[in-house]
Amino acid sequence: MNSLQPLNRKARKLAETRMAETGDVEALQQKSKKHGRVYYPLGCTIAFNPGWEVDVSGGTAGLCAPVERDLFDCYLGCAWPAQVPDHVSNNPDWTSKCNAAANDWRNVDVVYP
Amino acid sequence: MTATEAASMAYHPAEHHRFEAAGKRFLYLVPSGAVFGLSGLSQEIFDLLENCPLSREELTAAVLGRGYALEDVETTLDEMEEFDVVSSGRPKKTFPSLPEEKFPLQRIVLNTTNQCNLACGYCYEYSDDKIAQTKNKPKYMSDAVAQAAIDTLVSESGGRSQLHVTFFGGETLLNFGLMQSSVEYATYKAGEAGKTVDFSLTTNATLLTEEIADFLAEHRIGVTVSIDGDKELHDRMRVFHSGKGSYDVIAPKIKMLLARHRTNSIGARVTLSNGVREVRRIYDHLTQEFGFQGVGFSPATANPDRLYHINGTKMDQVLDEFAELAWEYRDYAIKGGRHYFTNVSDTIKEVHLGISKAYTCGAGLGLLGVGTTGDIAACHRFVDSPVAQMGNVMNGGIDHETRREFLENHHIGARPDCHTCWVRPVCAGGCYHESYINHGETAASNLNQCDRIRGWIDLCLRIYGEISIENPKFLERFDDN
Repeated sequence: MNSLQPLNRKARKLAETRMAETGDVEALQQKSKKHGRVYYPLGCTIAFNPGWEVDVSGGTAGLCAPVERDLFDCYLGCAWPAQVPDHVSNNPDWTSKCNAAANDWRNVDVVYP
Repeated sequence: MTATEAASMAYHPAEHHRFEAAGKRFLYLVPSGAVFGLSGLSQEIFDLLENCPLSREELTAAVLGRGYALEDVETTLDEMEEFDVVSSGRPKKTFPSLPEEKFPLQRIVLNTTNQCNLACGYCYEYSDDKIAQTKNKPKYMSDAVAQAAIDTLVSESGGRSQLHVTFFGGETLLNFGLMQSSVEYATYKAGEAGKTVDFSLTTNATLLTEEIADFLAEHRIGVTVSIDGDKELHDRMRVFHSGKGSYDVIAPKIKMLLARHRTNSIGARVTLSNGVREVRRIYDHLTQEFGFQGVGFSPATANPDRLYHINGTKMDQVLDEFAELAWEYRDYAIKGGRHYFTNVSDTIKEVHLGISKAYTCGAGLGLLGVGTTGDIAACHRFVDSPVAQMGNVMNGGIDHETRREFLENHHIGARPDCHTCWVRPVCAGGCYHESYINHGETAASNLNQCDRIRGWIDLCLRIYGEISIENPKFLERFDDN
């Protein structure tokens, strides 16, 4: 959609319908439109959830199953205990500087056994 | 392929209205009501097709010669076809479909009395153009009738969760007691059915008291006050039976109401007539002297023979003043300010949502009027009249067969006069009551108003276009509901 711009709500709906019918899967990668809010993805991740995928902003928080979600599922929910440090005995403070994964994930550092 | 077939496969512009705003080109599409901006390639394609229909090959060749990439041309043309900006094949008219059987009711207007303490010259209930026949009928609606009407509203509302009751007259406050009991009853009955109900009132303000204002505030009742401007203008038509003007009586009461009632909107409704046409002066008075935050104007419904009828030339002057106020609305909107001219905000809302109407209004569809006898009419204007009747709330409720017939006869598809008009998604033929007064037939299109309506919608489209470029955020307020 370049030279034909939808202006009112009806036109936008028509355009959205067309996007839904002909567009790429990029809709799944859009970040939440509500800026300033922490994005908490819900639900389980799929197996072999790739860490290399990025959303429209270049980050990962807007993905349908982002790596940050994976991180806490693994660390606390113990779905994938092999992928992250264990919080029971060896690294109980690993995420103490990470209040909200989507915002603070950079504070989670590498652990050397 | 024969020459005729080739011609029918050629692309041509779909039904539309073209307008410009802030130096840009826009299309209002009919019948969808969608508004698209044109620029670059889409504009060039459209301009070519406006000159003459072209096949896809001819069109592509013509645009490629102007330096566009083939892929862009293909995509843009597909989009334009998909959004009905252009079409190929024979032009076909499409209309919204007829509503489902027993269309769920949303709003009921109770004409709580057919009496009034004023004798406004242009009133459609009492003046020369009166169609209501009230002789030998109860002057005031009884609780039993009001409750039966509310029962009808609730039972006929289908899956709707939000219902609405409007109190109307005569002068509604002559029967304030009924209003009190009806609010209580409707709230109870709606709640019982798991629905909510809200209320509105139209009044001439002569009987307002502090107690009434507090009641209106407590129940969040929206109020429309009929007032025609400053004392000189208002008192020309809005007079007591003695002939004395009502301005001095209502002015302090309106100020009291606006001060005490802040839980719902209070709007002013101005009826323009031959002696009362100064739109700017009236608007300034009502917003500055009273602080109304919504002022709507409507010319009196009048047969052209009436003295209070505004003739063509004078009506054009009225519309010039409308335009002046509308541009002022645009200026406020661009700066993010509030302007209270509701004629323009109502139209802009419809444009923004891209409404495409099957009917002019909700009369007979989601809205019905009920008179003191319990007779059901298509709307409050037809209560007690010989036409547009559809049952009685005390005796069998809605006559669904008659209502269906009414809806079939008044559907946009049944109004051939409107079928070539670009403004039909918004207008859909005009008020049935106006038609009846002017043409003696409720389903006749208001052809005497067409040029003015097209002019008004074109103006509002241009204003909409400008606001959407200069301050699109302003339009978000129209997104809800």
